[in-house]
Amino acid sequence: MEINKELILKVAKNARLNLSEQEIQEFIPQFKEVLNAFSQLDKLKTENIKPSFQPGEIRNNVREDIIRESLSEEEILKNSKHKKDNYFLGPKAL
Amino acid sequence: MNLQEYIKKVQNKEIDIIEYTKKVLEECKKINKEYHYFNTISEDLALTQAKALSKNPKGKLAGVFISVKDSICVKDIESTAGSKILRGYKPIFHATAVEKAINEGAIIIGKTAQDEFGFGGFAVNVGLDFQIPLNPFDKKRATGGSSGGAGGITQKASFPHIALGECTGGSIESPASFCSVFGLVPSYGRVSRYGLIDYGNSFDKLGPLGKSSDDCALMLEVIAGFDPKDATSLNKKTESYTNYLKKEVKGFKIGIIKEAFGEGIDPQVKETVLNAIKKLEKKGCTIKEVSLPLTMKYGIPTYYILATAEASTNLAKYCGMRYGTTEELKGNFDEYFTKVRSKNFGKEAKRRIMLGTFTRMSGFRDAYYIKAAKVRTLIIEEYKNALKDVDVLISPTMPLLPPEFSELKNLTPLQNYMLDIMTVGPNLAGLPHASIPVGFTKDLPVGMMVISNYLEEGKLIQIGKEFNN
Repeated sequence: MEINKELILKVAKNARLNLSEQEIQEFIPQFKEVLNAFSQLDKLKTENIKPSFQPGEIRNNVREDIIRESLSEEEILKNSKHKKDNYFLGPKAL
Repeated sequence: MNLQEYIKKVQNKEIDIIEYTKKVLEECKKINKEYHYFNTISEDLALTQAKALSKNPKGKLAGVFISVKDSICVKDIESTAGSKILRGYKPIFHATAVEKAINEGAIIIGKTAQDEFGFGGFAVNVGLDFQIPLNPFDKKRATGGSSGGAGGITQKASFPHIALGECTGGSIESPASFCSVFGLVPSYGRVSRYGLIDYGNSFDKLGPLGKSSDDCALMLEVIAGFDPKDATSLNKKTESYTNYLKKEVKGFKIGIIKEAFGEGIDPQVKETVLNAIKKLEKKGCTIKEVSLPLTMKYGIPTYYILATAEASTNLAKYCGMRYGTTEELKGNFDEYFTKVRSKNFGKEAKRRIMLGTFTRMSGFRDAYYIKAAKVRTLIIEEYKNALKDVDVLISPTMPLLPPEFSELKNLTPLQNYMLDIMTVGPNLAGLPHASIPVGFTKDLPVGMMVISNYLEEGKLIQIGKEFNN
């Protein structure tokens, strides 16, 4: 796989980032170097190994389903400038 | 006056806590002007808490001044995780650890400087418009990171203070080492993550930085425990960690990590840590060499694949809508979110989002993300085996002395990541570990890292105590 401008732009689009030409040109060699280091793991045989997504086994810790007071609408909306009729106001979806 | 004596005086109303808090805040402002350890000093909150305490001076932390890493939420105090994208965000709740400290009489003095979202080992990747904290021993050098402000203020504060830090891959240990203070990272799940602005959920751990092992033990005792608000917090009994301060280290079996004293380690750092190990030997510990070949060779790529993958998903929520920095609502949602994110994330945040997005992308996921998760299993097993024969494992905390800013500028991102060689291992395995200040060389501090088995934080406190001033 070649690490070029096209790939960087594809990743950036997925990540909702608009990169400047300078950022793209910086990221290309940096990505090459880092991904080459990541590929060191190919040397290890892992066919029969289970992946660990946590450092230890964690069982489902679910709480009791008890009705309790939650945060008020006012509190929830407090940190947003964009709001209307007790809702968040967002950009156009369509 | 040690911390316990001070707490007793506060409890007995022998100290005018309101007047004292005012003095402490003045000192914080003065230090901050010179060293940039705080993103916010929470003056009003501290004075309100001091007033309440003057009427009812109770709690295990009565009157103790606590600084909180900026990524840990404090109600009504701007909490940005050092990122411009969270400018103006004032949480409507306390993180559980903060709440527990307040309930024990702590006074919150402010939010400490850090690498943006924890993305760095030197606290130089601060968010756009934030200031870089400076090493308390030499302003040309880094504090270590990402909890750099926490390390710096812990060293400089002349008042009774403990920092609440957070570690993903070395963010408590590195600043503890470079600022010559104690830093304790508990087992994964021992302290609730509720109210933490996440970096990597399967790695993040809150923990204390203090001037002594006693300070860390006390703080851990207060913040540890199960929290129904954090599904990954451990539903297991906590301990009286301060009890371990009375126990001797005699009889401890110590494993010296062979690879951590080999090539690429500053010889003076190595010598200082080996001298500290000799001190433990004199106290009756036995020493044995232990090898962790997989961890030391593959730890860095494994950590960076998994941590950036988790970070890229966590940071997907920052889009300028519900909190933090916003822009004029123009264009469709893709255009709007992209604009807010591109303008307000710093360079390292963008780089880690990009790396993490790439390793999770269709076609690459198995080769990178799943592969790394499997190697993580092998690394966890390697530690489990090593800790069958010994009580603790020891290495230097950092392979180098606190670097000058000019040296860091010349490093590529990979060279930068490689400097986490000592600390990523125990963080991949979720094991408790501590950085203990063990001396100076060329007037710069050296930290020794001690790793114990799951939930054996007590052993770290015992060993740490041997190096209290």
